This record gives sequence, structure tokens and C-alpha cells, in this order.
Amino acid sequence: MANVPGDLRYTKDHEWAKPDGTRYRIGITAYAQEQLGDVVFVELPKVGTKVTATQAFGVVESVKAVSDLFAPLSGEIVEINTALPNAPQRVNQDPYGQGWMIVIAPSKAGEWDALLTAPQYEQLLLSEAH
Amino acid sequence: MSPLLKHTPLHSAHVNAGARMVEFGGWDMPVQYTGIIEEHRRVRAAVGLFDVSHMGEFEVEGPDALGALQAITTNDVAALAVGQVQYSLFCYPEGGLVDDLTVYRLAPDRFMVTVNASNIEKDWAWVTTHGARAEWRNVSAETGLIAVQGPRAEDLVAGMAGIDVRAIGYYHFARGTVAGVSTLISRTGYTGEDGFELYVPWGETERVWLALLAAGTKVDGGPIGLGARDTLRLEMRYALYGNDIDQTTNPLEAGLGWVVKPRKGDFIGKPAVERMRAEGPRRTLIGLEMADRSVARHGYPVLSGGRRVGEVTSGTFGPSVEKSIAMAYVETPLAAVGTAIDVEIRGQARPAHVVKTPFHPSHVKR
Repeated sequence: MANVPGDLRYTKDHEWAKPDGTRYRIGITAYAQEQLGDVVFVELPKVGTKVTATQAFGVVESVKAVSDLFAPLSGEIVEINTALPNAPQRVNQDPYGQGWMIVIAPSKAGEWDALLTAPQYEQLLLSEAH
Repeated sequence: MSPLLKHTPLHSAHVNAGARMVEFGGWDMPVQYTGIIEEHRRVRAAVGLFDVSHMGEFEVEGPDALGALQAITTNDVAALAVGQVQYSLFCYPEGGLVDDLTVYRLAPDRFMVTVNASNIEKDWAWVTTHGARAEWRNVSAETGLIAVQGPRAEDLVAGMAGIDVRAIGYYHFARGTVAGVSTLISRTGYTGEDGFELYVPWGETERVWLALLAAGTKVDGGPIGLGARDTLRLEMRYALYGNDIDQTTNPLEAGLGWVVKPRKGDFIGKPAVERMRAEGPRRTLIGLEMADRSVARHGYPVLSGGRRVGEVTSGTFGPSVEKSIAMAYVETPLAAVGTAIDVEIRGQARPAHVVKTPFHPSHVKR
């Protein structure tokens, strides 16, 4: 079973969100990077872009596949991981750390509470394994 | 995992080793063991073992074997000595490709052809229909195939073979033993590295595989999945049937004119290919390099000045060249090295340019 840190919240599309002051840091889960395999390209929007929960905000490409990135929360992108274009392998090596993707300043209350908790996300992974 | 998928004799070895399995041409095959990039680099730096037992093998024998092969393949089989291997094509009368293949001359009037796994049934119908004057035997189900590829391949196989494999030249083969098992040892491959393809009896394949794996650890060897097989062949611009070549592509536009030998006599597809040669191919299979790391994948449009001028057939991030590379058909005037083109990726034109191929230098034993 892939690593699922207890202090994060998750989407059914395998992104994670982590509170960072009043903002949220976003990335993809250990399970997601394992399924993708070697990540070779990450396409992120510019700082200032508005995103909507459940809508695609970027793309991650592995050697074998291309996959959309879905925003866990609505808001404005206030930071992007500028290291990823030259070091996309960080998504594989450290998905919850150096492989983070964007920081969102949220615009809608309540969306965080609607995200999956760690136990709920683990349950989802178990059901996807079958 | 579908029960309808076919298994190679190494299927349980792959599953036990923790490989990630995928469907490929009706077979349940390992796509990766530890990671595509790591496996790719292992082959370029040391040695990798590939299970390619899913590929098909047919034998043809008798006084009409040579004539039958000459009539259905594009290359000149008469030029092949016993112990030699030849890359060749089956063509449709219209010039499209039934398959690409290798031909082995086992004896003066006995040959083996190796065909793509996904085409075995189609090819079997093709050879027995159009080469009916000779005796054919489909030995695919009794033939396992292991590729050993990389700069340490010679050391690895030499240490386990009952014959001097160092004496086998590129695109030649010899019969011997590997790990005590009777093997056709062929100095061929699909990676651009030196190495061998080992044809072994189906039931003995796992024994040879496990012996190679065990001995391979001393030379940093390891098993390689289909994912790295694809990135390795792509860096060499080797065509993959179903991606870069198929029924709708002809040998000339695919850059395979060198295996079409019209002087040998008549063969299926010859008039069509000769007509195309006189006219010149309207489109050409090129190698391209993306300006950024976005991946140009099969079917993506190629643009020039906003106009659609072709289509990507294979693309990946090349772990050795460390760039995003692709093969694509483009209108022939745009095929010159250095030509700037765009690839449409998710609705956006992204810059690329035509480059010389292979993308990575070949290290096969010449």
C-alpha cells in the first residue's frame, strides 16, 4: 500500500492538499506517481491563474502516459514549483515534499472539508486495487 | 488481469519478481520492473534481459523454401548465407506492410522467420497462402525468446554458452547451448546495443532466464520491461509495427527502401513500390526533437505555419538523449534535418525540429 500521510486531504483523482497558513499546497499522491511511472514533464499554469475545484489545472506526463492534474480546491494559484520543469523526477522521488506542484489561496469555504480524509483515501485505493 | 491474455513461459517469473504487467498484442507482459528510465539506462550501461517469447517464429523447409520466401519478402533471401540473419518485410500488393520480420537461413533449404507477436495469425495466413508451394511450420508456441542487450551482453552470454559467442558477427547466428539448454544464439537486437537474441525451447525458457538473471547480477544486469524496450528502440529510430509502420505505410516513406531489392526478381508489392520509387514518397518518416520536455505521442498532428503537414507515430522522453523525441510522417519537402515544425499537444502548437537519426549513437557490433 502506497504511503498516505494522515495530515493531508485527498481527491479521488489522487491529488493531495496540505494546509500552509491560510493557503493549501497541492501535489499528487505516492500512489499516483507509482501508477504513472517515471515523470518526465509537468505543465503548470502561471501564478495568478484562477482554478476551480475538480477542474484540470495542469498536466503530468510520464514515459508511458499523460494525465490531467485536478484542483482539489477553488482559488488563485499563488505559487508554483519552479523546480519541476528541470527536475520532474522529484514527483516520483518525493511526491509529498519536493514534488509539490502549486499553492492555492482558496476562494470558497467548505471545500477542504469535502475532500477525502486519509482513511477515506486509503479505502479508495483498496477499492481500486480490485 | 484477463484470463484471455496469453502467457509467455516467463509469466510467473515476471509476476514473482514484482513486474507491472500490461496487455500487449493479446499477451500479459511486463511493462516495467523497477522503472522505465532505470531499466533503459541499465541496458545502455551494462546489460538487460528481455522476455520476447511472445514473438512468432515460422519455419519453412524444402526445395521450394527459398522461392517461396523470395516471393513474399522484399529483401534478397538468396544473398543470405547459412548462419546469417536478414531484416525484411512482407508487403501487400498495394505496397503497404503486412509486417516487418527477420529471416534466418538455418540450412541451404531451411529457414526461420521471426514476426511480431500481434501479427502472428495474420502472418501465418499470409505465408501459407502466398508461399503455399513450400512446407511451413508455425513453431511460435514451442519457441521461447530472450534478448540479452547491452555492452556487457557478450561477457554475460560468453560465460554461460557452450560455444564461442564472441565469434558470432552482427546479424549472424550459431547453434550452441546456454545454461546447458540447446539455443539458437543470434547476434541481433532492438536496442542499438551489442547483444544477442536467444531462441530456446518453450519449456526450458525459464531455466535459461533464471540462469542469466543470476549470472547477470555480477555485471549489473537485470530484467527489462516493454516500456524500456520501446524507449530504447525509439532512440535508435527502429520502426514498431502498429505505430510507425502498418498496412497504410509503404517501405520507402518509412525509410526502409534499403530492404527492398527489386533486382532479385518478382515479389508481392514490387510493382507498387517501384512506382512509388519513381514518383518519390510524398511523405517521409522523420525524427524530431521537441524544444521542451512535453511528449509528442502517437497520433498527434504535426504542423508547419499552422497547417497540418503530418502526424506523430511514436514519441517519448529519451532517457539517454535526455530530450523529448518522436518519429513522425511529414510531407517530404519538410523532412530535411533542421526544419522547424510544431507538434500539436493538447490543442497547443509546440516547437520542434527535424533531427538526424538515430537519436542516440548505435553500439551494435559491426
